[in-house]
Amino acid sequence: MSDANTALQDRIRTSLSATRRWHPAEFVFWALAFAAFFLFPRQLLILNEIAIIALFAISLDLILGYAGIVSLGHAAFLGAGAYAAGLFAIHVTGDPLLGLAAAIAISAALGLVTSPLVLKGNDLTRLMVTLGIALLLHELANSMGRITGGADGLQGVVMKPLLGRFEFDLFGKTAYLYSLTVLLVLFVVARRIVHSPFGLSLKAIRDNRLRAAASGVPPARRLAAVYTLAGAYAGAAGALLAQTTQFVSLDVLAFHRSADVMLVLIIGGTGYLYGGIIGAIGFKFLQDWLSALTPQYWQFWIGLVLVVFVLGGREIIHGGIKGLLRRVPFGRSRTKEGAQP
Amino acid sequence: MTAALQTFGLSKHFGGITATDNVSFTLETGARHALIGPNGAGKTTLVNLLSGVLAPSAGRVVLMGHDLTGLNPEARVKLGLARTFQINQLCASMTTLEMIALVVAERLGLGARLFQALDRQDAVIRETADIVARFRLEDILDETIATLPYGKQRQIEIAAAFAAKPRVLLLDEPAAGVPEAERQELLNTVAALPADVSVLLIEHDMDIVFRFATRITVLVNGKVLADGPPQAVASDPRVKEAYLGEAIHG
Repeated sequence: MSDANTALQDRIRTSLSATRRWHPAEFVFWALAFAAFFLFPRQLLILNEIAIIALFAISLDLILGYAGIVSLGHAAFLGAGAYAAGLFAIHVTGDPLLGLAAAIAISAALGLVTSPLVLKGNDLTRLMVTLGIALLLHELANSMGRITGGADGLQGVVMKPLLGRFEFDLFGKTAYLYSLTVLLVLFVVARRIVHSPFGLSLKAIRDNRLRAAASGVPPARRLAAVYTLAGAYAGAAGALLAQTTQFVSLDVLAFHRSADVMLVLIIGGTGYLYGGIIGAIGFKFLQDWLSALTPQYWQFWIGLVLVVFVLGGREIIHGGIKGLLRRVPFGRSRTKEGAQP
Repeated sequence: MTAALQTFGLSKHFGGITATDNVSFTLETGARHALIGPNGAGKTTLVNLLSGVLAPSAGRVVLMGHDLTGLNPEARVKLGLARTFQINQLCASMTTLEMIALVVAERLGLGARLFQALDRQDAVIRETADIVARFRLEDILDETIATLPYGKQRQIEIAAAFAAKPRVLLLDEPAAGVPEAERQELLNTVAALPADVSVLLIEHDMDIVFRFATRITVLVNGKVLADGPPQAVASDPRVKEAYLGEAIHG
């Protein structure tokens, strides 16, 4: 009996650790991302932009994919982070990492403060409230021209070299490596969080709030926590945007930012964190390619592609990616491995 | 015996409709107590009031000396009151294991830990293994809940409630919708619940009620019509009348 129980415990341990383990394909993926620095030296600006959009999309994935919270105003956090980082550089110091930390703190605080508004009600009210908050911030930034520069944008953002050594250059070398490193670090943190008991409780709330509560999960508090976290992540993306372009305009709070990040996640898929990154790559290249093809009407084509994609191809593509990841074995035995400290 | 769960004058109005009408009843510690009544008698409303899904219009719910009135469902779970639902309420995208481990982790107070891995918590592993063994879920451990047959899901529903280590367990029609072939296994599960857990069984099926319960409360139109040992309730003419020809097997 006790032997059977020990075997069962081992099996449970192995099963629970399986989803958390790094898949070999993931290492390849990140190696390629860093290799892109050498492979595409002329594309670093767009790669930098992709890394930032990817981080922004991961932020949305944390609330949409893992906790089931829809948002049409996620740009509020991107904008808050961007303006926070820009203003910090002008008024406090141009050190990128300190600015990043400040932006994360500000946008996390915004997430915490607005979470009670967003988390009440259903999907429809959430769409409206998030949209409303983003619009509010956009108008606020527009009207407070003395602080934000209003429609002219925030001028005079000058960044100091990263770690006191790496100057931000015109080709985006420092920018890309900086953004990619921040993306990787925050990705690893997010990956850890979604596989924690906290992450599991978010999935429970997303799947079935009634069951979550009946299991002792306090839904309101958990959702507020992940909303704050998502605010921090989007704020980090905003900070990277402000710091690497050394400029902040009202565009960071514009509706299309919120819509684009939603599209990115729809392309890449929700609930497995890589969706944001894959989606950002897909979205950006699609946009680039179409705008080169038909400079005037590219939005028509991107619209068409998205409609077709959502109606037909999405399940196939996402199912394919997930199936592929599942098929490649971990190469570990069933017992003991999970017990490492 | 002492009371595990008590209600005092519990009422619930939905607009002009009174779903629960001044219900005062006692669930003794360790009891196997059935709550029966015809369709629309207000059984599920009563369970929702007990578990905190609904707020009562009047009255109180007391769990082992704790006044639960005003507490939300998750706080009641922490105090030892767990429930199942008449229609399965499970996390469909999770595996059986994740569903049980979630409840165990939450009970152990780990749910707010952002950076811990579930598989490194020995207490979680141990308790989860106990639940899995008790409810014989070994074969479906890594299956996604949505893909399992209804009878199995019903087992998980009970296992998930039990994983919260309740002192009082409310089972809302545990056998509802379960095909005949899987019914027996489910009833065995219910019968095998440990004696120190007080069980309130909400049931339609008289076979199950009379096999399982040592005390029966009859609810009709939101009111307690009769309350007592099975034989006394079965022979109560008012109860027979309320069921109007629905067979009661003693």
